[in-house]
Amino acid sequence: MKRSITLSLSVVAAALLAACAAPLPSSAELDKLTQDIIARSFRAQGQAKLDRLSPDEDNRLCAEADRTGVAVDAKTAQAIEARNMQTIKAPSDGKYLGDFKQGERVAQSGAGKTWTDAENSANGGNCYNCHQISKEELSYGTLGPSLYNYGKIRGVTDPNSAAAKPIVEYTWGKLQNARAYNACSSMPRFGHKGILNEKQIKDVMALLLDPASPINK
Amino acid sequence: MQQQARLTGLGHFLLGLGLLCTVPLALAQKSATDSIAEYRAMLQDGNPADLFEAKGEALWKQKRGPKNASLEQCDLGKGPGVVKGAWVELPRYFADTGRVQDLESRLLTCMQTLQGFDADEIAKTPFGRGEQANVTALATWIASESKGMKFNLSQSHIEERKMYEVGKRLFFMRGGPHDFACATCHAQDDKRIRLQDLPNITKNPGAGNGFGAWPAYRVSNGQMWSAQLRLNDCYRQQRFPYPLFGSEATIALGVYMGVNGKGGEATAPAIKR
Amino acid sequence: MADPMRIRAQASGDKATVRVLMSHEMESGQRKDASGKLVPAWHIQDITATLNGKPVMTAEWGPAVSKNPFLQFAIKGAKAGDKVAITWKDNKGESRTDEATVS
Repeated sequence: MKRSITLSLSVVAAALLAACAAPLPSSAELDKLTQDIIARSFRAQGQAKLDRLSPDEDNRLCAEADRTGVAVDAKTAQAIEARNMQTIKAPSDGKYLGDFKQGERVAQSGAGKTWTDAENSANGGNCYNCHQISKEELSYGTLGPSLYNYGKIRGVTDPNSAAAKPIVEYTWGKLQNARAYNACSSMPRFGHKGILNEKQIKDVMALLLDPASPINK
Repeated sequence: MQQQARLTGLGHFLLGLGLLCTVPLALAQKSATDSIAEYRAMLQDGNPADLFEAKGEALWKQKRGPKNASLEQCDLGKGPGVVKGAWVELPRYFADTGRVQDLESRLLTCMQTLQGFDADEIAKTPFGRGEQANVTALATWIASESKGMKFNLSQSHIEERKMYEVGKRLFFMRGGPHDFACATCHAQDDKRIRLQDLPNITKNPGAGNGFGAWPAYRVSNGQMWSAQLRLNDCYRQQRFPYPLFGSEATIALGVYMGVNGKGGEATAPAIKR
Repeated sequence: MADPMRIRAQASGDKATVRVLMSHEMESGQRKDASGKLVPAWHIQDITATLNGKPVMTAEWGPAVSKNPFLQFAIKGAKAGDKVAITWKDNKGESRTDEATVS
């Protein structure tokens, strides 16, 4: 009787010791474990389907860089930027700027794309969550740089001029797909991911670049 | 010499006026974030979370469920019935279930084994309803029993260490149409979204402050939010699909945050705007 | 039966500070639900506070008071050991009384 107790106790002790002393699985194994856990931990809800978890290679590379603290190397960064640059198309009618009053509304709205939002409801740009834009709006975030006086600082007096073209195209590109200019940018890819439509992006363009826009006063 | 040292009556008056003028300017320069911090400080007294604490304590002791038993034998990691200090050591590995569990998934385990409730049914119940509301009340009381204590999660079991690494990967994982990760908002110091300061959860003090404040009562919607609900709503705003209640992903994130917050002070249940 | 109130009463000098947390939905009657329908008014209308059975404060509340309301007031002459009782009555006729001892 005593012997079997001692035996079972030592088995338990060995198991405990093993559990404590066991080495951590390799990084690749932990990546796989994470993917398995993700597959078991979510359900589709409203318009948020499970494909939103599908690994996007650019996201995978950037996430790994953030996690390890080792930035993606220059070559990989360029490849990511080139891939995203290809998604950018000029506006269908050649006009880049819309209505800055509407643009302010797009910037203020954080609606859309969550599982409590109706599938076809209008999405907002969420801009004030991260950026200062107008002077009057005090409720702004600091995750991104201030965009106050955006066009003014860049000397844009006539958005249709040849002189303003590089800035206009760059700003358009940034709003369409920020990762074309900064491989691991935190900024959502508003055009490429279908968050904002062409009209909404033109309206935000006007908010930023139109000399008549209050943010450029 | 005497002339330099003396300030004329007019001089005194002008100096005084000048000081008076600067004072209102300084007051006007109180930032919007300072004002919100003052508002939050005023809310501290009379935190309605107290009501949920009282409810949770009653539920712990009450005989309920098909087995008509109380939760007083529930093991939250420090032995059956030990509630004080349990929360600051969660999530942790449990030998009886063979997995790492956070407070809310552990409550489901106890409600099933001790009281005969169906854990899967409770997990599927929306927040704020039925037994799910009771889980929130219980979690609020159990967290309050660790108030003021320091986070001290174990990383001695291999499963706990694995979950930390999984939680870290989840924290940085980007997805959804906006390519958001937890890290998008919570991996830098001194950032805010609109006027809401964002804790840096990758290390202390942000990790302890952020993780340690939930469960919390949200004044804006009059709701008691547990840690599971806080994570759930984070994922909603990240435009991800719905994280299952008590899922391994949510537990892994709890391990990551809690371990990062080691030594931080537990303030739950807190009050939020 | 509504959830209990949390009452704290602390004596200091010649008065006691009473803090009460009440559990109540406090629907103003002006809010609309998800389908656009008005949520009917359901809120506390009358409060009475007594010291050792004698009324010391009454209050009339309207729709502006928020959910799970917090009330704080001082009672002159109250000392440790005295009994403070708070009663609320809402517009549906529901009522609740809770008691605490001044510490």
